[in-house]
Amino acid sequence: MNFNIYDFTEFVNSIKLWLNSVLPPAAADIAGFVIIGICFLTFIVILGLSLVYIERKVCAFFQQRLGPMRVGFWGTAQTIADIIKLVFKEPLISKGSDKFLFNLAAFIVIIAPFMAIAAIPFAKGLHVLDFDIGLFFITAISSIGVTGILLAGWSSNNKYSLIGAMRSGAQIVSYELSVILSLLTIIVLTGSLQLSVIVESQRDGWWIFKGNIPAIIAFFIFIIASTAESNRGPFDMAEAESELTAGFHTEYSGIKFAFFFLAEYINLFIIAAVGATVFFGGWMPLHIGNFEFFNNVMDFIPPIIWFFGKIAAIIFLIMWFKWTFPRLRIDQLLTLEWKYLLPINLINLLLMALVALSGWHL
Amino acid sequence: MTEQELITNIETVPETQEYFINMGPQHPSTHGVLRLLLTLDGEIIKKVEPHLGYIHRSIEKMCEKDSYQQIVHLTDRMDYLSCHINNEAVCLCVENGLQLEIPERVKVIRTIISELTRLSSHQLWWGVMGMDLGAITTFLYGFRDRELITDIFEETCGARLTMNYNVPGGVMFDIHPNFQKRTKDFITYFRKKLPEYDELLTGNVIFTERTKDIGYLSKEDAISYGVTGPSGRASGFACDVRKRFPYSAYDRVEFKEIIYTEGDCFARYKARIDEMWESMKIIEQLIDNIPEGEHKAKTKAVIKLPEGEYYQRVETARGELGVYIVSDNKKSPYRVKFRSPGFSNLSALDTMARGNKIADLVATMSTLDLVIPDIDR
Amino acid sequence: MDNEKLKNIVTSVIPECEFSPDESQFLNVIVKPEDFRKLAEFLRYDPETQMDYLFCMTAIDWNTHFFTIYHLTSSVTNFTVVIKVKITDRETPNIDTVCDIWKTAEFHEREVYDLFGIKFNNHPDLRRILLEDDWVGYPLRKDYKDEVNIVEL
Repeated sequence: MNFNIYDFTEFVNSIKLWLNSVLPPAAADIAGFVIIGICFLTFIVILGLSLVYIERKVCAFFQQRLGPMRVGFWGTAQTIADIIKLVFKEPLISKGSDKFLFNLAAFIVIIAPFMAIAAIPFAKGLHVLDFDIGLFFITAISSIGVTGILLAGWSSNNKYSLIGAMRSGAQIVSYELSVILSLLTIIVLTGSLQLSVIVESQRDGWWIFKGNIPAIIAFFIFIIASTAESNRGPFDMAEAESELTAGFHTEYSGIKFAFFFLAEYINLFIIAAVGATVFFGGWMPLHIGNFEFFNNVMDFIPPIIWFFGKIAAIIFLIMWFKWTFPRLRIDQLLTLEWKYLLPINLINLLLMALVALSGWHL
Repeated sequence: MTEQELITNIETVPETQEYFINMGPQHPSTHGVLRLLLTLDGEIIKKVEPHLGYIHRSIEKMCEKDSYQQIVHLTDRMDYLSCHINNEAVCLCVENGLQLEIPERVKVIRTIISELTRLSSHQLWWGVMGMDLGAITTFLYGFRDRELITDIFEETCGARLTMNYNVPGGVMFDIHPNFQKRTKDFITYFRKKLPEYDELLTGNVIFTERTKDIGYLSKEDAISYGVTGPSGRASGFACDVRKRFPYSAYDRVEFKEIIYTEGDCFARYKARIDEMWESMKIIEQLIDNIPEGEHKAKTKAVIKLPEGEYYQRVETARGELGVYIVSDNKKSPYRVKFRSPGFSNLSALDTMARGNKIADLVATMSTLDLVIPDIDR
Repeated sequence: MDNEKLKNIVTSVIPECEFSPDESQFLNVIVKPEDFRKLAEFLRYDPETQMDYLFCMTAIDWNTHFFTIYHLTSSVTNFTVVIKVKITDRETPNIDTVCDIWKTAEFHEREVYDLFGIKFNNHPDLRRILLEDDWVGYPLRKDYKDEVNIVEL
């Protein structure tokens, strides 16, 4: 078995061949599904736990305190302790709630990011679903999550939950537009929705540098809109703990609450991953045109580190927002989207088309 | 369609349904156990009905059985964030009734500690205000600076929050030798840190959008509702007791009465921030000039106020606190009434919040700076 | 500011009012419940007094009668006056509301109703404010007995 840290294609193929050699074809496929499924579940759990820990530490850093320090070295086991607590807690279902929808909502919320994460290219060859509408798939699937939020608000039989869910519905539907339009701005240049093609197109430089001014505008809009789409501060209207106690997940407890919590962080990861892939070249190292020497030095750093480094930078940026700004009001939030971001986005898209036609980009 | 048909069509459009929502008694932004019954139309507030009394401890009734020294301790538990000023109000009222001559040293010490209390109360308010609007970081910043003041209190008074430092006739014991130095250090430190507060919230676009033209209270309403303190002064009501009826050492210090005329949340916010600057100014004028002398005037062990009625008003961090003592020449008062600022301020909430959204109610409530034990007593 | 002038003004409106004789802090006016509303309206709207700020409102139980006490001042003219309304009816004490004149009275009157049981006629929303709705008795009355919660020494 050939293992290469820079290119996983051979590694993945050899596993495939080995499976086919020991099992009949149908069973080999199923075994492949199971292996991928287990890998992703493990990955997501570790990702969720570490993101929660990172968020706590980053927040503590902004607030001039230490954050969790007691459980494990520097509090690293704190989130594991939290998960254990949440698993063992009693799953309460309030009286008068719609039990079926109430339980379903938590699963819908968690399934959406699970599916979306499959289409993300982690490194060359390390890619589960690489089909020609990859980006479309991610945006479409991740917006299924809002159904779960609406269901959670409706079925909880709690007015705070309902208000939170309605706010969230209005918010996600509006900001979806901006996210997609800002991504489309880059698609104008790449000419493809396939994520591996988008990454390959940045071999001689990332789009944020190559794409001239419209790409930078598009990136800022993307960050704002996607923060809003994932219901994070300063756009955490749906939760708004000082107004609506906890918004749509007020009534949830135990493992179902953990699902909402985990989904929020995986969504954060997906946003950062999409942003990194489209604007910062995904796993592609930093290349500058034809500087052979510089490009070779950069190639020494494995793609997987590039990818997670970029994601970490974007996640840090989003956390920075959250712990600095006050929360907007729901009408101000919608005004921002429909009166400012959307028109700017449309003009920006036109501008990018102009740039692409006249070849002003690199 | 004829005009008549058009009118009937409009009339048959179903109205949106109003609904009730209980904000509190357990709610993150009511800062205690206040229950607001909101009548909402969507997210628009139609009516706010405060339900009080969840922590009513009948302090006024308890006062009728206690001696005057004991009453002072009860007042700590009303507005716990300006406990020293509450103590001072009762002490001044009793001293006034006894015609007691108070040493100059006591007056200055009381004024300095009152202003420190006001600072610490406003720091806490600033942190909580940010948190109510979703900027959680401010809360920690507020507490960081407040810690230094409570340290000073701990050294001199022995307690950090409910200090019980005043007794009728003076203060319980003399100030700690470090008091002056630490207070001066704190003022130099805080003069550098207060602009940080402005950077974090005041200049923020989201913050100004959330507070400007929200929760408007006109000057007429402020006077009529008896809204005092920074909340009242932000509406243009010149109600600073320290200026109008100076007590303790306020007659010998220079400070500005902060008055804004906008009457919205942002004006109330600015009034408090500016008041912090003024408080620091007052402390700086007094800290080096504490006269020598006794820290307590001689009083009898059992205080009996002569028959009559005594009213003393002081300016707490929240507004005008009135202490009304009716005495029948016994060792405990016949009747005590505390005119608490929070009680009157809260009554204006309905007027201020109507027509705004739930999020604005939270902003309005936190700029009123309600302390629930102060309202319920 | 000067109490003599204020005394004359008050006497011109309510001729049969009493003034407290002692050297107290503020000018005290004692009126009957039926005259009170007229005096309150006059003091609030007369251009010479303009008492627009009711800074304290409470009641006292003197065993034989109640006093409801209104501390009034003006943000314009700086007059300060204390109106005491003597209510001799202990069974059904009642007095006219002033919460349409000074809005702050709405809460304060509810408090007095809650703790003393004095009814305010025409008050828009007279309910208990601090105690529970099913509380029996009025705690700040001097004849209030509660063996459970009040420990007598």
